[in-house]
Amino acid sequence: MINQYIIHILILIGIYIVLAVSLNLALGFTGLLNLGHIAFFGIGAYTSALLTKAGVPFIIAFLAAGIFASIFGYLLVLVTRKLKGDYLALATLGFSFVVYSMLLNLTSLTRGPLGIPGIAKPSILSLVIKSNSAYLIFVALITLVSCIIIYRIIRSPFGRLLEATRDDELGLQVLGKNTFALKCKAMMISAFFAGIAGSLFAHYITFIDPGSFHLAEIILVLTIVIVGGIASFKGSIIATAVIIIIPELIRFISLPSTLIGPLRQVIYALMLIAILIFRPRGLFGRIDLE
Amino acid sequence: MTLHLKNLSKHFGGVHAVSNVSFKIQEGKITAIIGPNGSGKTTLFHTISGLYSADSGTIHFNSKEITNTSPSEIARLGISRTFQEVRLFKNLTIKDHLEIAMLKDDEKLLKNFFSKAHDTSRMHGILKLVHLNKPLETCATDLSYGQRKLLDLAVAIAKPHTLLMLDEPVAGVNPQLRKEIREILLDLNRKGETIIVIEHDMNFVMGLADHIIVMDEGKLLVEGKPKDIQDNRKVLEAYLGD
Repeated sequence: MINQYIIHILILIGIYIVLAVSLNLALGFTGLLNLGHIAFFGIGAYTSALLTKAGVPFIIAFLAAGIFASIFGYLLVLVTRKLKGDYLALATLGFSFVVYSMLLNLTSLTRGPLGIPGIAKPSILSLVIKSNSAYLIFVALITLVSCIIIYRIIRSPFGRLLEATRDDELGLQVLGKNTFALKCKAMMISAFFAGIAGSLFAHYITFIDPGSFHLAEIILVLTIVIVGGIASFKGSIIATAVIIIIPELIRFISLPSTLIGPLRQVIYALMLIAILIFRPRGLFGRIDLE
Repeated sequence: MTLHLKNLSKHFGGVHAVSNVSFKIQEGKITAIIGPNGSGKTTLFHTISGLYSADSGTIHFNSKEITNTSPSEIARLGISRTFQEVRLFKNLTIKDHLEIAMLKDDEKLLKNFFSKAHDTSRMHGILKLVHLNKPLETCATDLSYGQRKLLDLAVAIAKPHTLLMLDEPVAGVNPQLRKEIREILLDLNRKGETIIVIEHDMNFVMGLADHIIVMDEGKLLVEGKPKDIQDNRKVLEAYLGD
């Protein structure tokens, strides 16, 4: 029983590492104050769930989840291209609310608040990933590959351009670089990985509804990135583990179940406030949150 | 001919920041654009480099019209510039700055995915040229103001270009560094660089420029050789008042 519980936590940590590291690519490394990342997670989850329910093989649905989220990432940069800072943050937050509303109201496609139950466990070729232990190995593999790809990107000359875009967009333009194209690529990559994280989430939980991709989840992922440190790859990974595990500890205190959910939100908020006061750069951050 | 402006105008509401300005920049020469504060020098630079759109008139660079082209496109055509206030990428190192300036294909993600370290010998050469004696791994924020000015200049030089436009390269620097920057610019010119320098201090440009353009209230007041400009009555009036 304990083992199953630990496996469950590890699977969630893996999924949220992909989500947090991909958000940090856009937010920390490129300076795109994106509060709509959770929408890409939701788009990926619904795409993968609906496609597999329609009989599409998991591996195609999994990649489609990333690609579809990526297309939305491109559209988001396109419509917000003139916005920066707080205005961009508000617009992207608005985007997450629009996606949430669509998931809630497109009932013929998404079943609205009833959600999508009975999402199949992944099967790759003839191999069905049924047990949680097998799913953990699968998630660990995807997380590892995602982290390696994102790490290579941020350490490459392309990644350095993303950081330069964050530091001084105009300064980079006069060096002949197309900063709009750079921002598009960064957001599309970021959304792609959020989309595949959504697919991993949907096929693990086997039930999704719009509530899984709303405000509380945005706060959770943002907290992870801020606590770990803006533009810190290592920070996002460690903070994911810390922030997923700490609220789990309250399960072992005898509290009414109605209190556990709100108490988690309180813990996230307190962690965020403590970090902003005592370590404004986060645990491993290199740059200031502006 | 490298740069040709014809009847260029730019206004902000009722303020005519640049009004009907025409001139040609000679290849291989240092041209200084001087004038009192608010005479439209920086607006002119911003319009040439695509940061502001021109209201009327044309700009040709190497026979190609570049009026109202995007800043990145103009930069790719071979115009390299600095700003009055140093613009550096504050979280990046000297090496990062120079690589960004030198590399042409770094925007291609797949091509750069497995790229290896680049040859640093050219970077050291550029740093030597601008007299910046700091390790390549030094972060931009760890440099003094004067050193940041030099790095800014190094970045502009490192970027592939045929025209170098410098907006007040000696603003706020000490007399010793001012002298050094003057020598650096003369050295670059000896190597064949075409340079335009904006400066409001007439003394700095007198021994530096081959040709001087004087601006006042957005208009081209007069242009010519330094010795002709120095004693020009209109120029003295613009600087000292009537």
